Amino acid sequence: MLRQRLIIGPRSWLAAALALAAMLNATLAQAQLRIEIRRGVERPIPMAIVPFSWEGTGAQPPLNVSAVVTADLAGSGRFDPIPERDMVARPTQPEQVDFQDWQILDVDALVIGRVTQDGPDRYTVIFQLFDILRGELLVGYRLTTPGADLRVTAHRISDMIYEALTGIPGVFSTRVAYVSEQRENGQQRFRLIVADADGESPQVVADSPDPLMSPAWSPDGRRLAYVSFEGQQSAVYIQTLRSGARDRVSAREGVNGAPAFSPDGRMLALTLSRDPGNLDIHVLDLTTQVLVRLTRNPAIDTEPTWAPDGQTIFFTSDRSGGPQVYRIAPQAGADAQRVTFEGAYNARPRVSPDGRQLAVVHRNAGNYRIAVVDPRTGLTQVLSNGALDESPSFAPNGALIIYATRDAGRGVLSSVSTDGRIQQRIGAVAGDVREPVWGPYARP
Amino acid sequence: MPRQLLFVLAAIAALGLSACGGNRATLPDDGGVGSGAGMGAGSGAVTSGTGGSGGPEVFREVPGAGGSGPLSRLIIYFDFDQADLRPEYNEVLAAHGGYLAANGGALLRLEGHADERGSREYNIGLGERRAQAVRRALLLQGAAAAQLTTVSYGEERPAAFGSDEEAYGLNRRVELVYRQLN
Repeated sequence: MLRQRLIIGPRSWLAAALALAAMLNATLAQAQLRIEIRRGVERPIPMAIVPFSWEGTGAQPPLNVSAVVTADLAGSGRFDPIPERDMVARPTQPEQVDFQDWQILDVDALVIGRVTQDGPDRYTVIFQLFDILRGELLVGYRLTTPGADLRVTAHRISDMIYEALTGIPGVFSTRVAYVSEQRENGQQRFRLIVADADGESPQVVADSPDPLMSPAWSPDGRRLAYVSFEGQQSAVYIQTLRSGARDRVSAREGVNGAPAFSPDGRMLALTLSRDPGNLDIHVLDLTTQVLVRLTRNPAIDTEPTWAPDGQTIFFTSDRSGGPQVYRIAPQAGADAQRVTFEGAYNARPRVSPDGRQLAVVHRNAGNYRIAVVDPRTGLTQVLSNGALDESPSFAPNGALIIYATRDAGRGVLSSVSTDGRIQQRIGAVAGDVREPVWGPYARP
Repeated sequence: MPRQLLFVLAAIAALGLSACGGNRATLPDDGGVGSGAGMGAGSGAVTSGTGGSGGPEVFREVPGAGGSGPLSRLIIYFDFDQADLRPEYNEVLAAHGGYLAANGGALLRLEGHADERGSREYNIGLGERRAQAVRRALLLQGAAAAQLTTVSYGEERPAAFGSDEEAYGLNRRVELVYRQLN
C-alpha cells in the first residue's frame, strides 16, 4: 500500500508575509490574477475528484481542499474532471470504491480523500488516486498541516496527482513573482508581487512610485533580486521574502539592471554601464563583493541568465546590429559566441531547467513573440501569438513557460506548454501585470 | 540671455508632460517594505526632501520655459531602435549646451526612454544610449561633465500610453530635466 507521510515544513513566512502584505496594501486581499484556459490538449484525461469528507469542529474545514485540487487539475488543460452531479457514488475511503461505478462514467482516474482535524490548528488530509482502467491504487498520501497552509497542501496534492498521471512533476505548489503597475491619480504605482502559481495569495513585497523591474528568484526561493528606480536612479536590491529585509547590492553610476542568481545562489550576474552608456555583463560574488566584468563591447550587452550547470551565461547583445542571444563562460576574459541566427530580433533568453532550450523574445513579421530555441542547432519554434509578448520564464518542471502579453491594451500574463499544445491566459483583475518569473520548487 | 523662470509645475502643464512624472523630488517610499543594510542610503540620489510625504515641496525651474526659443524645448525624440540625433535638434542642443557653459551652477539630468516594443532591459540599454548621445552633444557645446547626469527608464515611464506609432514616437525620447539653475 502506497501510503506515505509527507512532512510539510514550518510556514511562519506565510504569516509574516501576509502581515506585511496587509500593511502595504489591502486591495490585494483576493487573487489579483484569474486563470482561463485558451487551448488545452486534444484529449484531456477524464477523471473524477470526489469531494473530500470532513471530520472536525464546524460544518466545514477552513478550505475546500478537493475544490482547489479540482480547479488546479482542470486549469492545467490536461485533465477533464467530471462535474459532481454526474458522480454515482461518493466514496471517501478506499474500501468504498467500486471500480465499475467509474468505468461506466468513462473516467480514467479517481481521487478520493478526507480531511480530519487533529488539534485546534492541526489538520490531516489523506487522499488516494486510483487507475480505473486497471482497477488499482496509483498513489496515496497523508499530509499534516496547520489551517493556514491547507491551500499549499491542496496544491501539493495536485502536484502528486499530476505527476502520477502525466509523468511530469506538478508546479501547482510553486510561486510566481511579477510586477504590477497601476495608475493612481495620474501617477504610476509599481508593485512587486509574489503569488501562488494559480494567482491566489498575492503578497506585495515592494511598492514604489518609481519603476520596479526585472525580478529574479534565488535558487532556494527565499530571496528576490530586482531593480528599483527609487531616488531616480537604478539600483539592484536583494530582498529576503520572509522578513522583508533587503540589501542594495549595486547602485553604481549609470545602469544597474537585469540581475540573475547563479544556480548555487552565490553569484549575481547583472548589467552595469561603468563606461558611460556602454552596458556590459558583470558577475558579482555576493559573499566577497568581488565584481568581474565579463563583456567588453561597445554594444548593449544585457539580460544575462545562467545555464543550470553554472558554466555558461546566455545574454542579449546588439553587437551584430540588432539584438541576438550570445553565450559566454562566467570568467573574466572569456569570449562570447552567438547563439541565435533566425530573425532580426532575439532577446531576453531564459534557459530551461534541463539546459536544452532557450525561451526568448523573438520578432516575427513585426510581432514580438515567445519562441524556444535549441542553443546547439539554433532551431527556433514560435510558441505565442501576441503582438507584444515578452519576459518568458520556464516553470521548474520545464513543461510550461509563463510570459507577459496584452489583452485589450492591458498587460496580462499567459502561459504556454513548451510543446505549444496548452495555452492559458492569466488575467489581471486590475492594472497591468508583467515580468512574471516562475519560482523554484523549494518553498521555504 | 532672455529666460523666464517658472515653477516646473507650470512648465509641465504648459508642455503637456503631466504623465512624465511629478515635479516634486521623490524619495523611496520605504514604508514597510523591509529594512536592511544599504536600504535608502541614497547614493547618487538627487533629492532634497526627507522621504515619504512629509518632505518639503521641491520645485525645479527650467530655462526658457513658456518661451518659444530653442531653450524651451526639453525633449529630444528619436527614430525606432536608434540613438542618432536628428539634425533638427542641432539648434536646441547648442542652446542648452551654451546655457550650461554660461551657467556653471546649472545641473541637468538626462532621462532616456524607449518605446514599449521588445524586452525591457534591452530598452533600458536603448534609453541609456540615447541619454548618452544627448550628453555627448551637450559636452561638445561646452557643458561640463559634472553638470550632467543620466538615467534610463527604458519603457517604464511612457509619455504617451497606447500601442501605436504615434505613442511610440512620443516615447522614444530624452527629457532634459534641470535640477538647479544659475
